[in-house]
Amino acid sequence: MTAAGTSDAGQTAGTSDAGQIALDAQRLSLAFGGLKAVSDFSLALPAGGLYGLIGPNGAGKTTVFNLLTGVYRPDTGHVELGGERIDGKKPSHIARAGMARTFQNIRLFGELSVIDNIRTAAGVRTRSGLFRTLLRTPLHLAEERAITERSLELLEVLKIAHRREEQAKSLPYGDQRRLEIARALATEPRVLLLDEPVAGMNTQEKREMRGLIQSLRGQFGVAILLIEHDMGLVMEICEHITVIDHGVTIARGAPKAIQDDPAVIEAYLGVPDDAADPVPAPDAAPRTEAPEAAGPSSDGPGEA
Amino acid sequence: MKSLQERVAALRPSLPAALGRSALPFLIAIGLAYLIDAAIGPAIGATWRKILLDVGIAILLAGSLNIVNGYAGQFSLGHAGFMLVGGYTAAWLTFYGGIHWFGVKGTYGGFLGAGQLLFLGSCVLGGLVAAGFGALVGLPSLRLRGDYLAIVTLGFGEILNRLVQITDRQPKRVEDVQGRSLFELANNLGGAESFSQIPGYTTLFFVYVFAFVLLVFAYRLKYSSRGRGLLAVRENEIAAEAMGVDTTRAKVVAFVFSAFWGGVGGALYAHQISTLSPGELSFQKSIDIVLIVVIGGMGSITGVVLGAAILVILPELAREFADYRMIVYALALVVVMILRPQGIMGVRELWDTSPWRRLVQRLRGGQP
Repeated sequence: MTAAGTSDAGQTAGTSDAGQIALDAQRLSLAFGGLKAVSDFSLALPAGGLYGLIGPNGAGKTTVFNLLTGVYRPDTGHVELGGERIDGKKPSHIARAGMARTFQNIRLFGELSVIDNIRTAAGVRTRSGLFRTLLRTPLHLAEERAITERSLELLEVLKIAHRREEQAKSLPYGDQRRLEIARALATEPRVLLLDEPVAGMNTQEKREMRGLIQSLRGQFGVAILLIEHDMGLVMEICEHITVIDHGVTIARGAPKAIQDDPAVIEAYLGVPDDAADPVPAPDAAPRTEAPEAAGPSSDGPGEA
Repeated sequence: MKSLQERVAALRPSLPAALGRSALPFLIAIGLAYLIDAAIGPAIGATWRKILLDVGIAILLAGSLNIVNGYAGQFSLGHAGFMLVGGYTAAWLTFYGGIHWFGVKGTYGGFLGAGQLLFLGSCVLGGLVAAGFGALVGLPSLRLRGDYLAIVTLGFGEILNRLVQITDRQPKRVEDVQGRSLFELANNLGGAESFSQIPGYTTLFFVYVFAFVLLVFAYRLKYSSRGRGLLAVRENEIAAEAMGVDTTRAKVVAFVFSAFWGGVGGALYAHQISTLSPGELSFQKSIDIVLIVVIGGMGSITGVVLGAAILVILPELAREFADYRMIVYALALVVVMILRPQGIMGVRELWDTSPWRRLVQRLRGGQP
């Protein structure tokens, strides 16, 4: 369980290697039985970039996250994180390599305190194993102090420091989402995957979260890939957007181009001449069952 | 924000401070155990001395099971199996080894003399062999969870039980033993009858040294990254893995560590009652240990100590109702599960509770 990486494994891109590709996914495909959940998905996320991934309900967005983070193993294609091949590796290995995520259906360590949720994640960057822990060697003591120090700073940044001793499950919804982000940052990632960070939030909370997400890039030097249904948010803050539908990439490019893309409009609103199906809201796109709902996804963190 | 390893160098404690923090708890543990043995033991009479021994062994067994069932949330029903392995291994070494090296059955030598050192070695060997079996049981735990894991661990305990039952008879005369090597005698564990005349080395000192050392370890584990990794596995395995916790490794380590101490507990138990029979270390014994953990509080160190004390002492106080012991146990479990399904302490520790905090504050002279 010791962090395999050297101390620079968690070092983030920021200015030093700006322009480099932090996360490179090439032609990922995954099928559950006969159902193609994701086909031919490619994405090159530059260091420090903020990219969006959108699509109607059940399009396979979360499945893409699960492929990138190792929950599912892609049938074909490969993923590189900071130059290291990570496809086929275990999620814990990928986390150590520098990728962290949040979950759409929040997955905190409910019984643990807020700060212990963060400390747990920070543990990935420690080097002391069981014996150093049991004997409390100087290295172990120093690492535990460093964990506490850094965790407190993360709580300050995410504005949940006043709740640090509360049980995670007792937090209000918005704070739970913040804690998920804080926990992900505690692993010192170079790439952060956010799965619907503003889902279920009111306008005020959304505004705060938007500011937060934008500030993370500068403060932590992470590249961010964002899944979000809130089109206003995505169009406003993302530099580049990939749209998928039924697991197939139907458009990619700058937000403005995406908004006018006929394929995207069709995916969200239906075929124009299909008069019987006038659904206005993207969230209620008239698509059938989610691909994730099929096959072995029940034990994976699929879309709810 | 500075990374973790960038901070570590500045936070290293000075060597004397580090040594103190590392070694002092162990010295205190040994001192306390000696105190219990030398001062409390003689003062309380034979009955309570035995109860105190039982409590100490129960703390060892439940405290070690708590690592797997409480911290890691992997419900194991096979802890008596580890006890059995540790107990028989240790008994084999002290009984046959004692005859070989000292030429006597029964105890040999004084405090920390050759006999007791052999006994200490046998406890560690019992723990190590049990730890090996722990790795074996830990492996299926990677694929199974919940009820299924419970069934596998239960089956594991029963298999070990049957394996002991098909071993050969135990030669009890000194001259029968002396002609054969220790390894030859490894199959002479008494079979379905029993392994008897195990030298009675177990004293309050040894029981409480091991129990306190385990408690120190359990405490250090709980408040460290490794322990929080285990708790994370219990809370949400997918999230734990996504946060870099190698859940596979964490679970196997938990099983091995827990099995080691279960084996040590079995060794102490064997040298206390001096007659081991497979029937005694079966499923029922596992349930007894699980009960202590569940009633005390899964994941709570102080809860387990409390649970061990209650579940050992209560039946002794109600001797007249000994026939109804299992009914009382079952009833107590039902009542606790209704009133406090998380156990007496839950995951919290004594020092997390508000009465304790008030007490500490008052002792420091602050406002309550």
